[in-house]
Amino acid sequence: MPDLFTRLFRRHHEGPGLSCRELVELVSDYLEDALPPSERSRFEAHIAGCEHCAAYLRQMREMLELLGELTDDAISPRAEADLRLAFRDWKAGSGGSR
Amino acid sequence: MYGAPVADDHALVERLRAGDEEAFMDLVVRWSPSMLRVARMYVPSQAVAEDVVQETWLGVLNGIDRFEGRSSLRTWVFSILVNRARTRGERERRTVPFAALARQEGDDDFAAVDPDRFVGRGDGVGSWAAPPVRWWEEPERALDSGEAAQRIEEEIARLPEMQRLVITMRDVDGMSSEEVRSALEISETNQRVLLHRARAKVRAALEDYYADA
Repeated sequence: MPDLFTRLFRRHHEGPGLSCRELVELVSDYLEDALPPSERSRFEAHIAGCEHCAAYLRQMREMLELLGELTDDAISPRAEADLRLAFRDWKAGSGGSR
Repeated sequence: MYGAPVADDHALVERLRAGDEEAFMDLVVRWSPSMLRVARMYVPSQAVAEDVVQETWLGVLNGIDRFEGRSSLRTWVFSILVNRARTRGERERRTVPFAALARQEGDDDFAAVDPDRFVGRGDGVGSWAAPPVRWWEEPERALDSGEAAQRIEEEIARLPEMQRLVITMRDVDGMSSEEVRSALEISETNQRVLLHRARAKVRAALEDYYADA
């Protein structure tokens, strides 16, 4: 049987009616702004009182930043030149309508 | 929303139709890098991916007169791209329609975090038993290191097709949810479920990486 402190601490952790385990499944909906207002309030109340879930959310945001910074390769100069030529062909091929 | 027709799109489409070469090349330069990334998911080499991107642009030119502007131009370009890349990559395999695949990938049980990491019963059931590993407290292994990016790329490569497409288009290429779901013709809910699963898996992989360090 956990002592009183642990029980109060955990109750605080669980937030009002939303457990940590439930919260992590709502993180994407939260970030997508897809939670109904009451659910959103419960989510935010939980985050405000739970450092671990706050950490989880923060990690998710940091990860999103990283994803946005992944670099993509540019198209090769040759492919670019080919496309320029293809465009000219296409334009010429449309019988002067362009 | 960006998936819907964009005001700029109209002018852009008119310029393309009118044969404005610089307008076309500007789009080629801006959009091809993320198109290459998506194409690369389906084909065995960067060279073939580049072929697919080129074919897509030719398809865009040949179809531009028929483009009705019901979606954004980018959505339309990506839907052509994805379908071409898929055809090219799966010549022998049976190709399942995106919507069916999206439902399938969103169907089975899923937990964003291993259920064993939460208190299983009694007081505090459902709260963290093994909280997230704090990766930002290790500045020497900063998240912006090339290694973290590498780890992310590997994990994305391991995701099932639809999850991989959605996280790539949304979070790597910065497309809106509306753009992605109209390009892939999947529902909003499916899109969100796929994104959720993909993000949770990539976060978990990063956490593992830092925990093992």
